[in-house]
Amino acid sequence: MTPEALLAGALLVALVLYGLGAGADFGGGVWDLLARGPRAAAQRELVAHAIGPIWEANHVWLILVVVLLFVCFPAGFAPLMTGLFVPLTLLLFGIVLRGSAFAFRAYGDVSDRSQARWGRVFAVSSLVSPVMLGACVGTIAAGRLPVGTALPPRLFEPWLAPFPLAIGLLTLALFAFLAAVYLTLETEQAGLREDFRRRALASGVLVGALALGSLGLARSEAPLVYGALTGSAWALPFHLVTAACAVAALGALHRRRFARARALAALLAALLLAGWALAQYPWLLPPGLTFAEAAAPRQVLEPVLLALAGGALLLVPSLAWLFRVFKGARPRG
Amino acid sequence: MADLLAARTLMALALGFHILFAVAGIAMPLLMAIAEWRWLRTGQPTWLLLTKRWARGTAILFAVGAVSGTVLSFLLGLLWPRFMAFAGPIFGLPFALEGFAFFTEAIFLGIFLYGWERVSPWLHWASGVVVALSGALSGVFVVTANAWMNTPAGFRLADGRAVDIDPVAAMLNPSAFGQALHMALAAYAAVGFAVAALHASRLLRDPASDFHRKALALALAVGGAAALLEPLSGDLLARQVALTQPVKLAAMEGQFRTERGAPLRLGGLPDVEARETRHALEIPGALSLLAFHDPQATVRGLEEFPRSDWPPVVVVHLAFQVMVACGSVMALAALAGAGLAWRHRALPDRRWYLRALVACGPLGFVALEAGWTVTEVGRQPWIIQGVMRTSEAVTPVPGLLLPLLATSLLYLLLGFVVLELLRRQVLASPVEPGRSEGAR
Repeated sequence: MTPEALLAGALLVALVLYGLGAGADFGGGVWDLLARGPRAAAQRELVAHAIGPIWEANHVWLILVVVLLFVCFPAGFAPLMTGLFVPLTLLLFGIVLRGSAFAFRAYGDVSDRSQARWGRVFAVSSLVSPVMLGACVGTIAAGRLPVGTALPPRLFEPWLAPFPLAIGLLTLALFAFLAAVYLTLETEQAGLREDFRRRALASGVLVGALALGSLGLARSEAPLVYGALTGSAWALPFHLVTAACAVAALGALHRRRFARARALAALLAALLLAGWALAQYPWLLPPGLTFAEAAAPRQVLEPVLLALAGGALLLVPSLAWLFRVFKGARPRG
Repeated sequence: MADLLAARTLMALALGFHILFAVAGIAMPLLMAIAEWRWLRTGQPTWLLLTKRWARGTAILFAVGAVSGTVLSFLLGLLWPRFMAFAGPIFGLPFALEGFAFFTEAIFLGIFLYGWERVSPWLHWASGVVVALSGALSGVFVVTANAWMNTPAGFRLADGRAVDIDPVAAMLNPSAFGQALHMALAAYAAVGFAVAALHASRLLRDPASDFHRKALALALAVGGAAALLEPLSGDLLARQVALTQPVKLAAMEGQFRTERGAPLRLGGLPDVEARETRHALEIPGALSLLAFHDPQATVRGLEEFPRSDWPPVVVVHLAFQVMVACGSVMALAALAGAGLAWRHRALPDRRWYLRALVACGPLGFVALEAGWTVTEVGRQPWIIQGVMRTSEAVTPVPGLLLPLLATSLLYLLLGFVVLELLRRQVLASPVEPGRSEGAR
């Protein structure tokens, strides 16, 4: 393994963990927005309770992704930041508003009306960020980002197109699905749990439909990724495993095996992301730039790998403890 | 040109906003860890109540700090893609390390804020200590990266490309230690004085409140100690600037002519056209003494450098004067507090002194903003001193005025809401110890 391949792998791991953690936190905002029925207030309360202690830690994976990109793959960072200027800026506005509004609501200690207003801001910005994040991924996968041109950048054309937006919606549905599945394990109350079980089943079906639709679109819109996803040696086993995982996740939800459903849903999300990454590798920005071409010199990559290894030694037990404290088997108060 | 100005303004706005919350994320955990330690040692419920009260405010400040910090990490690339493509591999190591430090801080802050009933009291306190340490460390790493822009090291230029990159040497660049120390002390001083001011204002109305007395004593001790050490670290840093960024030093001091035994100018207004600084109180030989520890040393003036390499002299000089003035007043207030406390063997609670503390509340934050203005504007026209000009680094994306306006509005709104929420919390502070409070 070359250092740049290892670091590309590290990028994928960080993205997957961002999706599994922060993605579900955004998904919580979706369910806050869609809370309804007799238990609407309890649904919102459960979302806030579930993401409160962990959303800031979950969020750091994104910062790690950005830092790894500009340290290790500087030649790719500049075209990414220029070509995706608008969706990234919107993503940032979503991130800022979501986090601030959540803190204002949780710690505001103010009137009900202002609490409701910040709750609404929290929920709406939780919609914007995943769509923009997914649109960025879709733009890259479709090979719509120019590399090394002297032309002035086009602000909207690369990402305001069917395929990137489809990936944006898929991301939103996936995050909402993850959140609903996780939330079934956050409450002891049967009615509330059923609410989220139904939401998980519905959003799970939506994820499947959007994933298949995106694959269909990819044929003409993202030929490089589509070719790998249909033509490579690993394609068939990959699709079989992913499909089996999706069916098993929905089946576990149906039979109210919530712990198993959570593990399968997380695996499914990781598989979807890994499928994209595998199909696109070795391209960082298809069709013009590979990871190897974009990589910084070896003497830069090696200290970063060391820092990652050392950091992981510190981080993994800390994160494990965080999740054990707040998401462990102990029933919640 | 308009886009370059918009990009610089947006970057300054994002930095200036984030820094206010970042210092709270560095210093508040230290205050909370000390307060909780006092509770664990003495069993006095006031200390617990204080820890929890401070934790509520910190939760808001930390959240806004985390998201506005994310904005910065993206803005580096969104606004200065050519700078990041060049510099990312060289000065990226401290950013990677900062990522882990910040990660640690966020994890243990989650446990600290939400884990009161889920972990044992001493583990809870230890989490607070980890938050305080990792918060300080993440600040140190980020400032180290900024220091590299002032004194770039760890690479060689060959045909405009960086070769022989040594990320560790880049991280340990000449300004790194001085800047990191100066910033860390500034964080403790600014936050300590601001918190002390809040509690002093409550004590003026309710002099018997044990809660506010304890809070004031702790915040003043931390803020005062930092404010007394800050001038020493400033001296260290200024001597570094004199050696490595003589243009910046000349702009800070309004020194147009090269001079032996240069005077220190207090105040004054540089006239760039006439090339002199008027209306300043001049202390003969003092600048040479401070910058080189020799009253007869030669200080190089702006005249030695091409006009195109000058930073905006007026801004840099005035910002430097504001920073030094605020820092001096805070150091004096700390000294007076220490004197009073020593003479009366008690919390300095004279009404005049409490009023003075209230007045000093914002000074640390003013000094922070002014100090960053000196660092950043004083480096112009360079984004990497002597290597890359800011105008070469800016993004080709047009229409930057729009994100600038939108960000200004957003940050104005957030700043207003945060202030209002903190104000309500302080007003709602309990005055009777022993009254139990909810977990959050």
